[in-house]
Amino acid sequence: MSLALTLEDRALLNGEGGEAAALAMRVLVETARLMGAEKLIPIASAHIDGALYHGDAGTLFAEKLVAGGAKVAVRSTLNVGALDLHCGAKTRLPAHEHAMAKRMMLAYEAMGCEASWTCAPYQAGHRPSLGSDVAWGESNAVAFCNSVLGARTNRYGDYLDICCAITARAPSYGLHIPKNRLARFALDCSGLSAELRDSEVFWPVIGTLYGQKAGNDVGVVLGLENYATEDRLKAFGAAAASAGAVGLFHILGVTPEAPDMKTVAGGDHALPVIPVTPAMLGSARAGLSTSTEAKIDAVAIGSPHCSVEELLALDGLIAGRRLAVPFYACTGRHAVKALEAAGRRAAIEAAGVTLVADTCIVVTPILSAISGVLMTNSGKFAHYAPGNTGYGVQYGALKDCVESAVSGRLMRDERLWQ
Amino acid sequence: MAMTPLLDGPGIISPACGPLLKLGAPLSFWGGVDPATGRIIQVRHPECGRSIAGVVLALPATIGSSSSAAVLLELIRNGNAPAALLLVEPDAILLIGCVVAKEMGWPAPPAFQITAEAQAALTPGIYSFAADGSFTKTDT
Repeated sequence: MSLALTLEDRALLNGEGGEAAALAMRVLVETARLMGAEKLIPIASAHIDGALYHGDAGTLFAEKLVAGGAKVAVRSTLNVGALDLHCGAKTRLPAHEHAMAKRMMLAYEAMGCEASWTCAPYQAGHRPSLGSDVAWGESNAVAFCNSVLGARTNRYGDYLDICCAITARAPSYGLHIPKNRLARFALDCSGLSAELRDSEVFWPVIGTLYGQKAGNDVGVVLGLENYATEDRLKAFGAAAASAGAVGLFHILGVTPEAPDMKTVAGGDHALPVIPVTPAMLGSARAGLSTSTEAKIDAVAIGSPHCSVEELLALDGLIAGRRLAVPFYACTGRHAVKALEAAGRRAAIEAAGVTLVADTCIVVTPILSAISGVLMTNSGKFAHYAPGNTGYGVQYGALKDCVESAVSGRLMRDERLWQ
Repeated sequence: MAMTPLLDGPGIISPACGPLLKLGAPLSFWGGVDPATGRIIQVRHPECGRSIAGVVLALPATIGSSSSAAVLLELIRNGNAPAALLLVEPDAILLIGCVVAKEMGWPAPPAFQITAEAQAALTPGIYSFAADGSFTKTDT
């Protein structure tokens, strides 16, 4: 099948919507051909991952779009940038990189994108409706959007996301097509203890295991009906999308496209079932830590960005104590404002927590040194921190992170896993 | 034997030549490759520490971040991109880096599709690819 373009598509391609829209259409058309799409489809919204500075090339591309008159044609939220423009957390970016990162952020705002600057836009009021087609970037946001909201998006990488937003179109392939959203395998957690399944620290671990088993396939997780919360699903999806090319997961009885096995599998046929054993879980969990040291140099939470509920939980666990090591809570402006409204921002900061908004510690150099041991409750931070920050990682629950930060030594409750 | 070209048109480097680097595990370019140097930095990756600059890179799969295209675009502009990409399946996330590079006027490496079996059977050497996916190999 070859790609069929409408008259309107061709008009944009021919420059009738301006130079930048024509460029964006060329990128879309080439991607559509590459992925075997038969047509372009309208999209309801976009989430743009492309505004994070990795080098000057990305800034120059954004500025070329702006110079060509680019404006987004649908609601477009922005993922993180490389700078905290809201809480003012300091980065160690050299002057040139700092300036180019800021130019990049301003270029995306100039195209009409919302200054949301968060990897959890779905907790900042951007929640597309069930069954709608959208073009989202950022692997955790894609997983949440598809799986928890039931909107349809592929994993739109940097630069394709803004091209979709400018043209209000996306190539029709992959997860936009209902049959590609069906589960092809099942991961069964029903043999695990209720206490474990009902703990926060379990979800990034089972997400990691899911990602390792799934690759880019779609599966359904069984046995978690009574334990899912929005923040747990967020943590699962982020870990899964770090460990595999996961764009969509289902959790039976929880996520909207998995009310029962027949619906999620698309028929009465039996799916291959992988029973999750404590040993498999133990191995996935062990893989999240790379350090064997008992000393902790820093703690970071908030990948994906903390919700206000998570920040308030942190506040409760600190319980008025003073933290002995640097503690970074990465979050969005939406949650910082909610924390202020709850009257707890000053208390959290006084305890020693650095609030990092608009960005996070694995995408830009915020940690005060270039090596050491970082503790985190995030499967995604655990995955990316060693390569991106130079720190070794210890994975643990939020409570473990707080206790370790108070004492400066690794404090981890192992009882759940025994 | 030839492989199927995934990208075409002016702006794609041809011929493309370099030593083969066959990855032993899937790789996310973002978080997995230093955008300034092309060195593999994902500590859990079997080829961690190797450079992908100038090599014919055979990828079993790409995983993880949707920022991989951005990393590839930086590598293309700073001269540390792979010479060619050999993929089992077309990957819209990674290859956008090449598509955007063409728009920016920066010569981009070609990408070719190859079956998993054929990729597994590739032996070390210097590979030179023509635009149509035909190639020659010199043993090292």
